[in-house]
Amino acid sequence: MNQQDDQELQALLKQAIAPVTDTELPRDLWPQMLKRLDRQPARVPWFDWALAALLSVALLLFPGVIPALLYHL
Amino acid sequence: MELLQRFAAGDLEAFETLFREHQKQVYAWIVRIVRDSGIAEDLTVETFWRIYRSRARFDPTGNFHAWARRIATNAALDHLRRQRRETELPEDLACPAKADTAVRRETRHRIHQAFSQLPAKYRLVATLALVEEEPYDEIASATGISVALVKVRVFRAVRMLRKKLTSMGMEMGTRT
Repeated sequence: MNQQDDQELQALLKQAIAPVTDTELPRDLWPQMLKRLDRQPARVPWFDWALAALLSVALLLFPGVIPALLYHL
Repeated sequence: MELLQRFAAGDLEAFETLFREHQKQVYAWIVRIVRDSGIAEDLTVETFWRIYRSRARFDPTGNFHAWARRIATNAALDHLRRQRRETELPEDLACPAKADTAVRRETRHRIHQAFSQLPAKYRLVATLALVEEEPYDEIASATGISVALVKVRVFRAVRMLRKKLTSMGMEMGTRT
């Protein structure tokens, strides 16, 4: 393969896939952005995760309290 | 407080200002990679979503435009990776074809087919370098790789394209 072949291939490529001529944004995308921001999942605070971890550890160490816990729930 | 500092601190108004300032440039960059206006709009929003999500990691003394372009390139690359390999490249934004002969149409079709089968990272640099004729240093900056690696990827893309076209029965010059 030589440089001439590469240029030929590039020319063919440009004929087949022409450079994009219209790069103008047709509309303001901020409304879509706001929708996307609203869709963001609710974040679980770190202390909720800590509480859940603590509870899991407690239940693992003292499985005897599970029936009592279920009774009170 | 400066705009970029306010953005990094999570100020939504600062983000809106940056969005309005940069959405056109981000869209223009993405549309040249994905070549579809609808997809480019979605990816522009996706890019700013990623920007907003990683605002805490942004250095307010840095270059927002370069950072946004890098994220936009990654979003476009992710899209190219998701695209099915057999998918034809959209042509709606390309220059209207002049009266194609059947042979030329067939050639265009084969080149399209071969090009769309290239791995995404090669398609990305080949599109920017060979079709859009972006300078290598711009591509390197947008993709986060060195200029040397951009050149290597362009070279490999050409080689792969040539191989695919040859296997499709297309004669490419005197040598292969």
